[in-house]
Amino acid sequence: MVKSPKTRKEMPPTPLSVPTVGSMGKTGTWRTFRPKVDYSKCTRCTICWIFCPDSAITRRADDAPEIDYDYCKGCGICANECPVKAIAMCREEE
Amino acid sequence: MEQTIIDTANHIAGLAAKMARVKVVAAYPITPQTTVVEKIAEFVENGDMDAEYIRVESEHSAMVACIGAAAAGVRTFTATSSHGLALMHEALHWASGSRLPIVMAVVNRAMGAPWSIWPDFSDSLSQRDTGWLQFYCADNQEVFDTIIQAYKLCEDQRIFLPAMVCLEGFILSHTYMPVKIPDQEKIDAFLPQYKSSWTLDIEHPYSHSNLVSPEWYMEFRYMIQEAMKNAERLIPQIDREYGRLFGSTYGGLVDKYRCEDAELILLTMGTMGSEAKLAVESLRNKGLKVGSARVRVYRPFPVTEITKLAKNAQMIATIDRHVSFGMEGFLETEVKASVFNEEDSPLVAGFIAGLGGRDVTSETIEKIARKSLKWMQKGKVEKTTEWVDLRE
Repeated sequence: MVKSPKTRKEMPPTPLSVPTVGSMGKTGTWRTFRPKVDYSKCTRCTICWIFCPDSAITRRADDAPEIDYDYCKGCGICANECPVKAIAMCREEE
Repeated sequence: MEQTIIDTANHIAGLAAKMARVKVVAAYPITPQTTVVEKIAEFVENGDMDAEYIRVESEHSAMVACIGAAAAGVRTFTATSSHGLALMHEALHWASGSRLPIVMAVVNRAMGAPWSIWPDFSDSLSQRDTGWLQFYCADNQEVFDTIIQAYKLCEDQRIFLPAMVCLEGFILSHTYMPVKIPDQEKIDAFLPQYKSSWTLDIEHPYSHSNLVSPEWYMEFRYMIQEAMKNAERLIPQIDREYGRLFGSTYGGLVDKYRCEDAELILLTMGTMGSEAKLAVESLRNKGLKVGSARVRVYRPFPVTEITKLAKNAQMIATIDRHVSFGMEGFLETEVKASVFNEEDSPLVAGFIAGLGGRDVTSETIEKIARKSLKWMQKGKVEKTTEWVDLRE
């Protein structure tokens, strides 16, 4: 974690930020639709992992996707990109 | 080995980029800039220049590609003109705000409508407030020297800002002149490899120039203003150092000619400065105390230099190859602003000339000087902002 500067002299010439997990808080609470992976259909192609705009999908040892529901906003891009339709988008309350 | 070659300012600008050992060039052709980037493409294609040449689909993309390259820590160059520069406008702010020392040749061309391919400063002066340094050249030698000097200046950690090196289309861009080209080794010694303060690197990921809340934004802006102030101090130093090493100096921020005892000072930019020197010669031969001062660096504006000049003069006549519609020329406004709080500030008379490439000769400037002298003797500027040689 980079320390916040106190004075102008400590500031970089332009704002620089390093990647951190969840700097905006638990964005998973914004979700309306929840992606659910059917691991029997999944071919481990990793396309969902590549396309997830929030890096909320990680890869298990066998390349199967693991969705981090703390940060998944439920955009549905993974379900849309999945070539074998192994990801379903389900309403949160269901 | 140092050699003298005869070539156009555009080819010279390309050569300067090569000799500065620029590593990335992203550019889109536009008249009258085209031969700058053609020359660089030729250098890269036949292996004379070790650079990545990125062909893009617009000037906006050209600037954005330069920003990416500079952020990855390499020396970057581009060139454009007129509407191409206008299309870059948004990205220009990103370059300066990200504090990236990109150098760009701006081959000045009037803005349309009506369509024009001939020179005036309406393109680059429209970019006044983008946080870029702006240099204006009077001949092909100065184009070469200024591009080399601009890298030296912009890559200094006290500056870290981009710069435009402006040269008037056709008057310089396509005109052949002799130019002294220094030894490559001497340029390498003057201009060591670029060291960025931060670098995009996948091993140590960063993102830069992100959203900044109101409690921080003003400080980032103030740091740009401080860098501009530093440039006002550093430019004359670099000019002197360059002069010692390579022989040519330009008086730092303002190129002054016979100003010491001048009652009237003719203030110009670009090639009009060369014509003004001839006009001064002719007027001095008739016993009139006239001097010429050519503003080489428009951003940062040389306020201190202008104030010093104003101390001894009774009148400053500004000649603008540009107009801010609804007001006057920028030089006129900024000279008045520079001297306003000074004791005994001189009269300031403003003239608009040479728009859309209309020739401004030494005779034109002599005419401006004679009118100014008449007003000076009366102690009153009789007309605010005179348009020179305007049809009735």
